Amino acid sequence: MWDLVLGDRRINSLRLVAPMWNGTRGIHRLGGAVVPEGNQKKERKMLQFLNNHFYDVEALRGYLLQREMSKVHLKNRSFTWLEEQHGPYSAGAFFILKQGGAVKFRDKEWIRPDKYGHFSPEFWNFREVPVEAVDASDCEINYEGLDNLLLLKELQSLSLQRCPHVDDWCLSRLYPLVDSLQELSLAGCPRVSERGLACLHHLQNLRRLDISDLPAVSNPGLTQILVEEMLPNCQVVGVDWAEGLKLGPEEQPQDTASPVPA
Amino acid sequence: VAHTGRTVGRLGEGDWDGKVSEIKKKIKSILPGTPCDVLPDTSHLPPEHSDVVIVGGGVLGLSVAYWLKQLENRRGGMRVLVVERDHTYSQASTGLSVGGICQQFSLPENIQLSLFSASFLRNINEYLAVTNAPPLDLQFNPSGYLLLASEKDAAAMESNVKVQKQEGAKVCLMSPDQLRNKFPWINTEGVALASYGMENEGWFDPWCLLHGLRQKLTSMGVFFCQGEVTRFVTSSQRMMTTDDEMVTLKSIHEVHVKMDHSLEYQPVECAIVINAAGAWSAQIAALAGIGKGPPGTLQGTKLPVEPRKRYVYVWHCPQGPGLETPLVADTSGAYFRREGLGSNYLGGRSPAEEEEPDPANLEVDHDFFQEKVWPHLALRVPAFETLKVQTAWAGYYDYNTFDQNGVVGPHPLVVNMYFATGFSGHGLQQAPGVGRAVAEMILEGSFQTIDLSPFLFNRFYLGEKTHENNIM
Repeated sequence: MWDLVLGDRRINSLRLVAPMWNGTRGIHRLGGAVVPEGNQKKERKMLQFLNNHFYDVEALRGYLLQREMSKVHLKNRSFTWLEEQHGPYSAGAFFILKQGGAVKFRDKEWIRPDKYGHFSPEFWNFREVPVEAVDASDCEINYEGLDNLLLLKELQSLSLQRCPHVDDWCLSRLYPLVDSLQELSLAGCPRVSERGLACLHHLQNLRRLDISDLPAVSNPGLTQILVEEMLPNCQVVGVDWAEGLKLGPEEQPQDTASPVPA
Repeated sequence: VAHTGRTVGRLGEGDWDGKVSEIKKKIKSILPGTPCDVLPDTSHLPPEHSDVVIVGGGVLGLSVAYWLKQLENRRGGMRVLVVERDHTYSQASTGLSVGGICQQFSLPENIQLSLFSASFLRNINEYLAVTNAPPLDLQFNPSGYLLLASEKDAAAMESNVKVQKQEGAKVCLMSPDQLRNKFPWINTEGVALASYGMENEGWFDPWCLLHGLRQKLTSMGVFFCQGEVTRFVTSSQRMMTTDDEMVTLKSIHEVHVKMDHSLEYQPVECAIVINAAGAWSAQIAALAGIGKGPPGTLQGTKLPVEPRKRYVYVWHCPQGPGLETPLVADTSGAYFRREGLGSNYLGGRSPAEEEEPDPANLEVDHDFFQEKVWPHLALRVPAFETLKVQTAWAGYYDYNTFDQNGVVGPHPLVVNMYFATGFSGHGLQQAPGVGRAVAEMILEGSFQTIDLSPFLFNRFYLGEKTHENNIM
């Protein structure tokens, strides 16, 4: 029906064909660069030199940056108009599947798009079946796109691993899922910091929270402790809270895998 | 090139010998081997002509400059000059601010301004994108504001929250039981109702915003100058109103900018002047002759903005409230918020009218904390009974003594002076919206997106207060 897959395929091929523009994207993305470090630095220096000396280069780079941003906005456009015709669950699921994520309806199997971005249209029939789990790893969801995600009122498990545009502002929008959300994973999100984790305290039904590998968190061990205090019923996974602590000469290394009694 | 000041007469008339000696001097100076007069270095002076001169380089002045350049129809169509007296921003309200943003106001215009500012800050890397520069990290804490109300303020709070919800702010009301449930460290004695902002509220780093704006403005071609505005040269025009009264309309055509530690000044020819001088806006307005007239008339209405000193204290309390702490504003007016991960908190309280400290300097009064702030904090949060003050600082509010809301828009008599000042403590959180409104006023002639007509200067003469109930 909505076969805009052709557009997605073109974007994928651009990624393979134009490696030299990694420099432009690398500068404005906080991580997720695939190009090896040495090459990236040389490209960056060259681009910076050209940028400082030629107006055309500056204008071109500005234009390319704007284009990147409008691509992300296009991906996160609103699908809420689908709600009247197909119900909120199908509309939200469609958004996730278009982004490249996977959804699991209650009592059904995971629906995942294949490498061409195709997915089976059977979920349009699931009008009343709520979506239980969403795996939005590596998707380009941002603050506006969460409008569509929040249509899934009975979501129990959400995985936002390595999403490049999920930041602290996005986390402050998750509170409407308080009644149902039990599992949340933010592993590897480059823009999430401890300030965003502070607004997860609304999610009192959360049982499992994964905050491993967050580069923007300034002190992972202390953050882990504070988040555990904030969400007493939740198992917070991912950070070894003893990391960064220096052991005294007489102390034996503790078994840090076991939870600390409150 | 030095002009001698003598008219050059036709050949045969005038001072032939003098002219010959002049020509000889010129040829000697051009020939190599002789020292020539070096042109005086004017790189520290502002340009001689500028379309817009913005007095004050704080967040409001920079925001107006940004939107002027953003909304101009043609790239490079407007020359904007920002004049800032102190390039270290040592006394500027922006840098000394606590950095909070909230939508819990009673006026719809304030709520709209704050909502727009939140979306500006959220998308700051799209608005203030500069190629080659790293993305800005505002260090925004989306933890929200929690305002507590006693019995007598509960009804006002309910109606305020209704207005806020109508405008699109995500605020919810909480009863004392719900408060105790959610924030067990609160003592709800004396609290009848609380309003809690769930989204788009919190606090951020104002220096980052200032730096980002400066960087973007430099890339857009805005001129910056460090100097003090000492004089406006105006030209007047007498006109007749529809009621057959004579009115003198003034227009500023030159601004004298004096350099630091020197008597040197540069007259800058300008078309529009923007008064964004914060706590010192009244002095700038007085220079333009605003308020010089018999009291009770429009000519005699001064700009009622004055500097008010406010203290902020930072303390350490190891057993204090946890990571989820919002910025809590108590019924007594005391407020506090968490700072960082290490059990540090900062807060303060607005003094009552009679206790206003002397704004001559930014010295901190520690007794104020002991007597006026700590008791209220300790009452509200019992964990704060044991705390240790680490540091404190003071900053100015550009306090509008009339109704504690901002002054935006042109002056009725000095036709090309626009105000963007007087926000009494919430200037930082409304700066993007106000900057856009002033730019629209200048470029289009009226407010296009957010209608700030209740904030025009006229209200001081007409006596109509646009009162805001929720200020801290």
